[in-house]
This record gives sequence, structure tokens and C-alpha cells, in this order.
Amino acid sequence: MTTTVADHHHDEVPKGITRWLFTTNHKDIGTLYLWFSFIMFLVGGAMALVIRAELFQPGLQVVDPHFYNQMVTVHALIMIFGAIMPGFVGFANWMIPMMIGAPDMALPRMNNWSFWLLPFATSLLILSLFVPGGGPAAGWTIYPPLSVQGGMGVDLTIFTIHILGMSSILGAINIIATIMNMRAPGMTLMKMPLFIWTWVITAFLLIAAMPVLAGAVTMLLTDRHFGTAFFDPAGGGDPVMFQHIFWFFGHPEVYILILPAFGIISQVIPTFARKPLFGYTSMVFATAGIAFLSFIVWAHHMYTVGMPLSGELFFMYSTMLIAIPTGVKIFNWMATMWRGSMTFETPMLYAIATVALFTVGGLTGLMMAITPADFQYHDTYFIVAHFHYVIFCGSVLGMFAGVYYWLPKWTGHMYDETLGKWHFWLTIIAFNVTFFPQHFLGFAGMPRRIPDYSLQFAEFNVISSIGGFVLGFSQLILLVVVLKAIRGGKKASAEVWENPEGLEWTVPSPAPYHTFATAPEVK
Amino acid sequence: MIVNRLKHLLGAGSALISTLVLWAVPASVKAEWGLNLPRPVTEIARVQYDLHMLIMYIVTVIGIIVFAIMFYSIVKFRKSKGAQAAKFTHSTKAEVIWTVIPTLILIVMAVPSTKALLLMEDTTDSDMVVKVTGYQWGWHYDYMEDDVDFFSKLTTPQSQITGTETKGENYLLEVDNHMVIPVGKKVRILLTARDVIHAWWVPQLGGKKDAIPGFINEMWVRADETGTFRGQCAELCGKDHGYMPIVVDVVEEAEYQAWLAGRRNSG
Repeated sequence: MTTTVADHHHDEVPKGITRWLFTTNHKDIGTLYLWFSFIMFLVGGAMALVIRAELFQPGLQVVDPHFYNQMVTVHALIMIFGAIMPGFVGFANWMIPMMIGAPDMALPRMNNWSFWLLPFATSLLILSLFVPGGGPAAGWTIYPPLSVQGGMGVDLTIFTIHILGMSSILGAINIIATIMNMRAPGMTLMKMPLFIWTWVITAFLLIAAMPVLAGAVTMLLTDRHFGTAFFDPAGGGDPVMFQHIFWFFGHPEVYILILPAFGIISQVIPTFARKPLFGYTSMVFATAGIAFLSFIVWAHHMYTVGMPLSGELFFMYSTMLIAIPTGVKIFNWMATMWRGSMTFETPMLYAIATVALFTVGGLTGLMMAITPADFQYHDTYFIVAHFHYVIFCGSVLGMFAGVYYWLPKWTGHMYDETLGKWHFWLTIIAFNVTFFPQHFLGFAGMPRRIPDYSLQFAEFNVISSIGGFVLGFSQLILLVVVLKAIRGGKKASAEVWENPEGLEWTVPSPAPYHTFATAPEVK
Repeated sequence: MIVNRLKHLLGAGSALISTLVLWAVPASVKAEWGLNLPRPVTEIARVQYDLHMLIMYIVTVIGIIVFAIMFYSIVKFRKSKGAQAAKFTHSTKAEVIWTVIPTLILIVMAVPSTKALLLMEDTTDSDMVVKVTGYQWGWHYDYMEDDVDFFSKLTTPQSQITGTETKGENYLLEVDNHMVIPVGKKVRILLTARDVIHAWWVPQLGGKKDAIPGFINEMWVRADETGTFRGQCAELCGKDHGYMPIVVDVVEEAEYQAWLAGRRNSG
């Protein structure tokens, strides 16, 4: 323990590029994560626009089928591992110490490392598009034997996943260590803000799930180059085993992507409803329940592989169970709004949209849980619509809610509310124009991951592509909003909003380089 | 004020509105735009269709209730209208209700689903067997008991795909050799693959199943009516995944026998 005098000395913010390269400051690292996430969001979004451009009309116009498959694959990998996961770690870095009254993350040097692994990992992935044979083209699920056929781009992808996995595990260890050890005196577990709860549960999911994926892709690597036959039937292996291992990671991964967003909107809604979060305890247990269930439902992603009847029944029932804790969460948010005194600034708009549109994705998820019906839905555009409602409207809109909510705290300036509303309405309308018709495409029988389609699907694809382009370019508004808030604008007060709950609102805006050198007391 | 409210309604509600459109538009428009699962022609497809409609109605009703409560809150409990925030933080009664009711709904959904699954997985007492093998990029059909086998590949010309020629009616859904099965017979389909995983799927005949190298999967169809039914590979299988359609002719028994005889002679 150094004295407070020494702490004051540190208030000087380091200058130049080394500030960012060598930083161990949670706020700097959080900023790095968030910018990285946003850049990846634009890169992955550009790939989505290539997809939508090709699908604008039947026939092949823009890219060849092999490159199309690479776009489908890399878009998903970039968005999941490059944009959403790092984005939430950015929120964790910025907000966890400030929300629990800690001076920094528990393991600051490891924190620096876990960030700086990311640019190298995703560079490998993007590089893979330019090597002979091109990038990975077997979908983000990289099912063998198809992924065994690919060129060295697949190997680069495997290494990307290894490095990203390391980064995630280091980040998760850091988050758990911070939350378990560095809470301000008086902040018992059941007094932690819900964002902290969702993140600590997410961190445990990461530690449990990421090594499983690492194992799966390592087996793929040795199958490709070292003569093993884990997934090769000719050598006594089993291609379906890969799917089981992959989805044992993959389903918890879905909740890794969504739970921190649930945490964010559980902070935002009470602030703008001016009413405490309804059912805090049940929220915590529902989150833990979802996390537990996530490990026993994986095979609902692969109902059509020819499982025994008992397996299909088990996974159908366990999957349906998820609706219960998820429903509890939705109802709790609604009850928080009920008889509140609501205002509708951009963060609140995004939080409400998250609840509403995630509900749509959740309900279509319930339809897919029904195994016999899923034999029709599986691998169609219905699935594409479903998971974009869940991942875009759950994770990404939740993140937007968080960005607008805490931006004044980060920059010290209020963001431009008019631009924020433009961003919101364009995003919401364009999103629904893009993805709602895809439900119908799926029902009508359009398989996913095809670069070209029969004529019956033409109309909805035109609508979807137009929506996609509006959705993509609307995201540049967010960039403008953030840059404007960094450069100036109305000064934000420490509280920013009207009586918000939480320790982060007790420090000035912008938050000083070091906060809570002395732990606050939580009553 | 009204404009504001309308905006809220439009935003979060556009999903709901679109859902309602599904039932609001006349049937003829539905057919053209393909808004729903295609008309089923086997028992399995019919069971799936009914189940699908049942769940869709259930989730739509749930969705409407959830959205209605949210809109009511948004309109009613706004600060600009002088709403005072209540202070309650939990209600055991409400929480029990919204845990128990969904559980009951789930049970209601689970019963017919389980029945449907039992029906689908019962491949016993079949009248005939066809082995279907997926390969990059086409299908191979083997009528093992009748000594007939053939390959089936896309016939849509490249010029239609690249757009130098007008696209035909069955663009991307036409093959050289159709699979032929007799009407009213329980056909057990064995599925496997030569290279990577494919999935055999003709929506009107029922759900899909993966064709996996080194494994034999099975499914069955019993078509209620004659006709030509089209489908596609449903599992990403490489470059030409989008170009390996399936065409099944369901014909009368006599016609089927004649087709078999013709095949045998030509093969």
C-alpha cells in the first residue's frame, strides 16, 4: 500500500503511443477494447454488405461462390470474436472497477496483454482472405470434413481462435479476480449491480467454454496436418463428434454474447424509469439458471444429424426450459418500467428496443426448440433471422444502450441527442426491414449460406438488401456521435442522469485517470 | 406529441406489425410471396406444419401481450405526463405467476412435439428403400432392391446464373435425373455422403436430414399425392452448395414400375 501522495503523482496521464502500448490503466484498456470492437464491427459489417449485395438479385453478380462462403464465415467470426466479445470486455474494463469501487482491475499487466493479443489474432484472420485458397469458407462453425478441405486460411483461422481464446480466458480470469477481491467494503455479492453479476457469470462461462473450442480446433488442426482421424470416418473418426464438441462451446458462447448486454440494460432501465430494478434476486438467479442450462442444450443446434430419439427428446425439453428464466428477465424489465416515471433518451430507447426485439428472437428460438418443426427451420433463413434478432438486438443494441449511457462519464461531455435519436431510429427500422423478411424466406424454404437462389425468394431479398445497406451506413452516425462527444459538447455533471444508482456516478465526469484510490463505503 | 408517440409505436412495434401482416394479407398474395411453410404432402410434413402453426400462434399471442404491456407502459408512465415513480422492487405473487404460466405453456407445447417426433423416427414397416448419397455437388440415388442407380445434377445453364440469359421458371431447382417414388408407399430413405456433410431436404415431403460420410442416417416419406416436388441441399458443403437441388417425382405405382423397368434397361 503506497500512500495517497504517490497516487496523486500518477494522475498525470502518460503521453504518446506508449500510453496505449504499455498501459495498465483499466480505463485506457477499456477504451482500446471499445475502439477495437467498433473497428471490427465496421469490418464485419462491410463483409455483411458484400453478402447482401450478392443476394440483392438471383444469379451471381458481385462475387464468386467460394468468396461468398468466405464472407459468410469471416463476417460471423469477426462479429462474434472481434466485435461483440471484445466490446463487452471493454465495458467490463471501464465499468467494473468504477461500479464496485476498485482502483483498477486486479491484474493490470495481464489486462494489457489480453487486449494486445486481439489485433494480432484478428489480423491473422483477415490475412487468411489473401493466402492461396482463400480464407475459411466452411461457415463459422468450421464443420469437418468441409473445413479439412480448405487451404492454409483454415490454419490461420485455427490460430486466430487459439489466440482469441487465450485473450478471452485471461480477460475472464481478470474479471473474476477483480469482482471477487476488490469490491468496496460493504458491497456484498447481493448488493453488486446487475452488470457485475452478469459479467462474473459470463466470465465463468468463458473459462468453461473457450478451452473446449480450443480443443476442437486443435483436433481439426492435427486432422489436417498430422495424420490423426478424430473427425475422419475413413480413419475411424466421427465428423459429428466435432459438432458435439463445437456446440458444447457454442451454446454457452451464445450466452457469453448476451448476458453482459442483459447486465447493461438492467442498469439503464431503472435509471430512466426512475425506479429500482424489479426482482433483483430473481434476476441474479435467472442469469445463473440460464448459464447452467447453456451447458445442457447444445445439440439443439444439430437436431438433423441423426441423433437417437432419446437424445432429441432430452435436448428438446432442456431447450424449452431456457424460456423460463429468460421470460423471468423480460418480465422483470417490464415490471421495472411499470409505474415508473420514464424519459426516453437514446440509452433508454436502445434498452427498450433490446427488450422488445430480443423478445422476438427469443420467441422464434422457442419455435426452433420444437424438434419436429426445427427439421423444417434448420439451416434456413429463419435461423439467420432468429440469431440476428438475438445477437444484434440483444448484444449489439444492448451495447449501444451502454455506450450512450456511459459516454458522458467517459468523455465528460453529453453526446448529441438528436444524432443519437437518428442513429437509433435508422438502426431499428433498417434492422427490421433487413431481418424480418428473412423469417418468411426461411419458411418458404431458402437455405442459408447460399450465394444464389431460386426466383421465388427474389422479392424479400431485395427488401432485405436495401435494409442491410441502410443499417450498415447508419452505424457511421455512432462514430460521429462518439467523436463529437470526445471533442466537446455540453459538460456532463458527475451524475449525468437524474439520480442514477451506482458508484460510477459518484466520480466526476470525465472520470479521472485514477478513481477510487481510497475505497468508498457502501451502506 | 402524436408524432412522437407514433414513432415509438413504429419502432419497437414494426416487428409485431409485420407479424400481423402474415395473417392480414389475402391467401393469394401469401402463395406468391411464400410467407409460410409450403403446403405439406406427407404425413410428417403435415404434422410439422400443424405443430409449426400451433407454436407460431402461441408465440405470437405471447408477443402481442408482451408488446401491449410495454406500449401501455411507454405511453402511460412517462415523466412528461407527470407520472410519479412507484417504489416497489419485487412481488412474489407476480414472479410466481410468470414462472408457472410459461411452464404450463411449455408443457402444452411439449406433448404434441413428442408425439410428432415419435412418428418421424419410426422407420419400421417400410415398403421400399432408396439410398441417397450426397457428393460435391450433386446427389446419387440407389434403388438397391431394384438394381437401379443414377446421379442427379443441376441442369440450370451457367448462362442463366451469370445473367446472360433470362432465368427459367425452375431456376436452380432443376436436375437431369429426377428421383421417382410411388404415391402412398412408405419409402425409407438412407442418407450418406461421399465427401463432406450434405443435407437432403424437400420441404413439402417433410424435414431435412444430414447426409454424413461414414454414417447412414434414415428418414421416411409417404407421399399423399402425385406431383413434382423440389428442394435443395441444406448443409453448407463447399463452393457449389447453392447448386445441388433435389427433384422428386411422386407417381402412380404403375408408372413407377414402368420407370424402374426403363431405368434398368438403359442402365
